[in-house]
Amino acid sequence: MDIKIRADKFNFFYNETMALKNISMNIFKNTVVGIIGPSGCGKSTFLRSINRMNDVIFGARHEGDILIDGENIYDKDIDVVGIRRRIGMVFQKSNPFPKSIFDNVAYGLKINGIKDRSYIAQKVEKSLQDAALWNEVKDRLSKSAFDLSGGQQQRLCIARALAVEPEVLLMDEPASALDPTATLKIEELIHELKSKYSIIIVTHNMQQAARISDYTAFFMMGELLEYDITSKVFTKPSKKITEDYITGRFG
Amino acid sequence: MINYAINNLVLPKKINFINSRITDKVSHFLFFLNGMIVIGVLVGIFILLVFSAIPAFKEIKILEFLFGLEWNPTSYVEEKFGIVPMLVSTFMVTLGSLCIAVPIGIGTAAYLSDVANGRTREFVKPIVEMLAAIPSVVIGFLGIVLVGPFIAKIFNVPNGLNAVNGSILLAVMALPTIISISEDALISVPKAYEQASLALGATKWQTVIQVKVPAALSGIIAACMLGMGRAIGETMTVLMATGCAPAMPKSFLGPVSTLTSTIAIELGEVAYNTKHYYALFAIGLVLFFITFLINLVSEIVLHKYEQVHR
Amino acid sequence: MNKKEFGQFMGFNLLRMCFFIVLLTLAVISFDIISKGIKAINWEFISTMPRNGMTEGGVLPAIIGTIMVTVITAILAVPLGMGCAIYINEYANNSKITRLIRMSIRNLSGVPSIVYGLFGVVLFVQFMHLGTCILSSGLTLGLMTLPWTITASEEALKSVPNSYRYGSLALGASKWQSIRTNVLPYAIPGMLTGTILGLARAAGETAPILFTGAAFYLPFLPKSLFSQFMALPYHLYIMSTQHHSISKVRPLAYGTALVLIALVFLINFFAIILRYHLRKRRME
Repeated sequence: MDIKIRADKFNFFYNETMALKNISMNIFKNTVVGIIGPSGCGKSTFLRSINRMNDVIFGARHEGDILIDGENIYDKDIDVVGIRRRIGMVFQKSNPFPKSIFDNVAYGLKINGIKDRSYIAQKVEKSLQDAALWNEVKDRLSKSAFDLSGGQQQRLCIARALAVEPEVLLMDEPASALDPTATLKIEELIHELKSKYSIIIVTHNMQQAARISDYTAFFMMGELLEYDITSKVFTKPSKKITEDYITGRFG
Repeated sequence: MINYAINNLVLPKKINFINSRITDKVSHFLFFLNGMIVIGVLVGIFILLVFSAIPAFKEIKILEFLFGLEWNPTSYVEEKFGIVPMLVSTFMVTLGSLCIAVPIGIGTAAYLSDVANGRTREFVKPIVEMLAAIPSVVIGFLGIVLVGPFIAKIFNVPNGLNAVNGSILLAVMALPTIISISEDALISVPKAYEQASLALGATKWQTVIQVKVPAALSGIIAACMLGMGRAIGETMTVLMATGCAPAMPKSFLGPVSTLTSTIAIELGEVAYNTKHYYALFAIGLVLFFITFLINLVSEIVLHKYEQVHR
Repeated sequence: MNKKEFGQFMGFNLLRMCFFIVLLTLAVISFDIISKGIKAINWEFISTMPRNGMTEGGVLPAIIGTIMVTVITAILAVPLGMGCAIYINEYANNSKITRLIRMSIRNLSGVPSIVYGLFGVVLFVQFMHLGTCILSSGLTLGLMTLPWTITASEEALKSVPNSYRYGSLALGASKWQSIRTNVLPYAIPGMLTGTILGLARAAGETAPILFTGAAFYLPFLPKSLFSQFMALPYHLYIMSTQHHSISKVRPLAYGTALVLIALVFLINFFAIILRYHLRKRRME
C-alpha cells in the first residue's frame, strides 16, 4: 500500500512541556486510522501537527518531520496555506460560520480564488451530497447554518472541508457532542469517504474506533504505544497497558 | 448542465501560493507598523515634553522648581518658579475627591453586586455610563452654578470656588470608573468563598464585608488608583471650579490652582518660547510622570489580582 | 430582629444610600441642565451666529466647529485604532514588543488631556506649522482618542470565537484572508460602536483644543481646515468663566451645555443604533 503520511521521530513541545515524544508512524492511502488514548495523551496535538494548526499556538515548537507524499510539511519553504488545503480538518465542536449553508460550503472555494459561480454551485451541491446532507438542506441553502441540528452542523463542516478537495481528512472527535443517531450517520459517512481520502480520526470512544477504523493507534503520555490493524489491536494487543485501556481498566 | 468534471481535482495544488503569501506578509507588516505607532506616540509625547522643558532648566534650578514654595512667573521684581503650591493643590483636590468617591463608589459597587436584583443592575449600568459620558466642561460649569453657591451658603464663604468644590466635582467624575471596576472585581470573587461563609452561619452582610471585599481588594484598589489618575489629570473642572489662585493653599475652603489648571490658564497668555512657556512644559512633564507612576502601580496591583484569581 | 440581622439591615441600607447618592447626582445634573437649558434653546439658538459679543444669538459656529473637529479626530483615530487592535489581537504573540505596545496603550489612556494639548501645540501648531486651526485640534484629539478606540476595537475582536479563525485557516485561508473574510465582518459592528463612543468623549473634550485652535468669538463659519473655530465645550467654558458679563449670558451658557450634552448623547445613540442595524443585517 502507498504511504500517504509519514511521521518520523516527531517531538512536540508547548513551551517546556513535551506533548509528543518520538512519534513515528505511516498512514496509508484510503484507510481510516483511529487514534485512541486517555485525555491529555497528545492525540489531538498529533492531529493538529499534521496540518500545522498548532502553528497558531504561542510557544509551540517541534522536532522531527511529518511528510505528506514524501514532502516535508515542516520544510521552511513549504506553503502552510497549501498544506492546510490539502489536509482538511473537522473540529471536535462543529464550527459553522455565521453564514448561510451555501456560503459555508462555498467559503473554502472563494478564499482559494475560485470565482466561477456555476462551478461553485455545482461543487457545493456535490460536497453536500458527499457529506450526506444534500437531501436535508437542498431547499434551504440560503438559511443560516445555525438553524441546523448539531449532527447536521457537523456534516456541514465535513462538506465544507470536502469542497476544497483535500487529500487527507483529519477529524478531532467529530461525534463527541452528538446523539447516537447523528453519530451513526457520521460513521457511515466516514466509511464512504474512505474510498477517496485518507482519514485520521481521534476518538475517545473505543467502540467507535473498533467500528470505523482500519488501523488503530494507541497514544499515552505523548507516546505512540501501539499501532496496528484494528482487529489486532482490539483482540491481541502486544502490550499489557493497551489491553488494560481497551478493556476499560483505566482511562 | 455540468461543465466541469467535478470529480477531478481542478484546484491546482499551489493556487494563490505566491499571492496569498505576499499579501499575508504585507498586511502583517502594515499592522505591525500600525502597532508601533502607539509606542511612537507615547515616546513622542515624552520626548517632546522633555525637549520643551529642558530650556526652562537653563535658567531655573531644578531643585528650586521642584521644591520652591512660590509660583510667580510674571513678577516684575523677582520671577518665582516653584511648583510646590500646585503639587499641594493637586494633592488636596485629589485626596478630597477620593475621600468622597471611594466610599460611595465601593458602596455602590457592593450594592449592585450583592444587594440589588438583576433588573436594578441592568437599569443602573447605562446610568453609570451616562455619568461617565458627561463632558468635563459641563461638570465644571455645574461647579460654578450649582456646587459653588451651595458651598458658599453652607460654609459661609464669599464664593464657593475652592478645593472642596473641585473635590466634589472630581469625585463625580471618578465615580463611574471606581464603580464599574470594583463591581467587576466583586462579581469575579469565586462563589465558593461566599457559600463557605454563608454555610458557617455568617449573614450576607458579614460575607460581603469580611469575605468578598477583602478577596476583591486588589481589584478595588486598582479601581481607586485609576480614579485617582483621572482626578489628577483632569483639567477643565478644576480650572473652572477651584478659583485658581497660584498662592500656597491655606485651607480646603480657599482657592487652589492645580498643575493642570495652571498650564491651562497660563499657556494661553504666555509668549511662545520664553522661560515661562518652557516652565509650563516642565509642569506637563511632572504631570506625565505622576500619571505614569500611578498607572504603573495600578497595573502591578491589577496584575497581582489577576494572578491570584487564576 | 436579632443583632446579626440588625447589622445586615443597617449595612445594606448604608450600601443602598451610596447607590441613591449616585442616582441623585445624575438626577440633579440632568434636571438642572435640562430645565434651565431648555429655556434658552430654540431654532434661532442652534441655527444662527452669536451676536453682540456673544450676549445674543446662537451657537451655530460652535456646533459646526465641534462636528468638523470630531470628523478629523475620527479620520485619524478610527483606522489607526482598528489597525492597532487587529495587530495586537490577531498577529502579535506574547513577545516583548507586544507587551510594550500594550503598556503604551494603557499609559496613553492615562496621560492627562492637557498634556495632549501641550503635545499638540509643539507638534502640530509649531513644528508642523499648521498653526492654531481645526486640523491641529482634530489631530490632537485623535491621538488622545487612539487608546480608547484601540481598547474598544480589541474587545470586539476578542468576542469573535476562535473557531471561526481556526475553521477558515484549516480550509486553506491565509492569515489575512481569514481575518478579512471570517473575523472582521463579525467584529466590525462592535468596533464601530466602541470607536464612536470614544469619539463622543472626544467631542466633549476641552483641554486639548484650548491652545491648538479653539477661538473665543468668531461669528462666522470656519472657511477651511486651517482656520480657527468655535467649539461647544470651549464656548461653554468661555461663557461661564471668561465672559465680561457672566450673569447676563448664564441662560445662554445653560443652553450651550444642553446642546453639548445632547450632541454627545446623540453620537452615543447613533452608535447604539448602528450596532443594532449591523447585527440585524448579519443575522439575516
